[in-house]
Amino acid sequence: MNQWKNFSKGFFKENAVFTLLLGMCPTLGVTSSAINGLGMGLATTFVLVMSNLVVALIKDFIPDKVRIPSFIVVIATFVTIVEMIMQAYLPSLFDALGLFIPLIVVNCVVLGRAEAFASKNSPVSSIIDGLGMGLGFAMALTILGSVRELLGSGKLFGNVIYPDQYGMLVFVLAPGAFIALGYLIAFINRVKEKA
Amino acid sequence: MAKTESTLKNMVLTLLVITVIAGASLGFVYKLTKEPIALAKLNKQQTAIKEVVPGFNNNPGEEVLELTSKEGFNIKVFPARKDGELIGVAIETMTNTGFGGDVKIMVGLKPDGTIINYQVLEHKETPGLGTKMDVWFKTDKGHQSVLGKHPEKNNLTVSKDGGEVDAITAATISSRAFLKAVRVAYDTYTENSGKIASAQNSQPTAEGGVQ
Repeated sequence: MNQWKNFSKGFFKENAVFTLLLGMCPTLGVTSSAINGLGMGLATTFVLVMSNLVVALIKDFIPDKVRIPSFIVVIATFVTIVEMIMQAYLPSLFDALGLFIPLIVVNCVVLGRAEAFASKNSPVSSIIDGLGMGLGFAMALTILGSVRELLGSGKLFGNVIYPDQYGMLVFVLAPGAFIALGYLIAFINRVKEKA
Repeated sequence: MAKTESTLKNMVLTLLVITVIAGASLGFVYKLTKEPIALAKLNKQQTAIKEVVPGFNNNPGEEVLELTSKEGFNIKVFPARKDGELIGVAIETMTNTGFGGDVKIMVGLKPDGTIINYQVLEHKETPGLGTKMDVWFKTDKGHQSVLGKHPEKNNLTVSKDGGEVDAITAATISSRAFLKAVRVAYDTYTENSGKIASAQNSQPTAEGGVQ
């Protein structure tokens, strides 16, 4: 299989957020600022790559009937590792993302890739798939976070662009996540149609 | 390589092996990160204390008094001393009346109760509204600031309730919760000032004993 295609599909053609609409819970929940989106995206990327690798390595030993529980244990292990490492070395990011880190376990993107890709492909392809999917997810979350932060509080990655009394507060709150995501998806669909 | 058959023995064995390996690796990472996590938490506490009561040279974290307010909240009092003299207390205080539940703040009081500074530690208030509390009550604009005020001499409630503090725009409930937490800190401090003072008296001898 063409590895470049395998890597790049996660960004656009099969982007988890914009095309597959998977992993909506962290997408809508944490993207109140660009840096939160990026942090969550990278944490998910790590889990995706590692779980894809391990699942691809052990796929032949796992009886079909217990494959889902096995995958979940693998994923949960990596999520807990990320959580502990983040708590130890990036406490401020951990404070911001806190609640959502354990939720990576139930992020459909991670289990979806383990089930749909890693359990059928070689370890190398699986790592590339995980990396592409994860970075695509991180990209989507960062874009969404940037839009919401810019419109809502006039900042971008914490840098003031315009004074925040002109910001539309709704974009920082939960409804703004839905509105921003809806328009982003509409925009991307339009671009795709033309392409 | 052929796929393992889904027999009972195989399934039990696979799950057992996977969970054992997962458990072992988690235990390993836990051991590895235990110290940095504790250090990060301690660091955060120290920075907060330094910000709310500057200028001490003891270790307030070692002299912490764990008290219970009359509302039943757990309050931690960190006495800050300079050369053995009490220059203020950093009080980790909270209320459960925030818009999103608990609001935890660290507030620094002079020995007479005047507010030196504060820092918000933990809250679940609305982003963009209640979250402004981390700077709002420090900003010297209108009647926003609580710094330099005294919970007894000044009426530290929001202007809507007849007090003299401007609430955060569109976040009166969060503002009330914040001021309530300050009040809890002050009440707990005055109620236990005897205990805190006696800790102070015993302190030099304890220090002398070490030296």
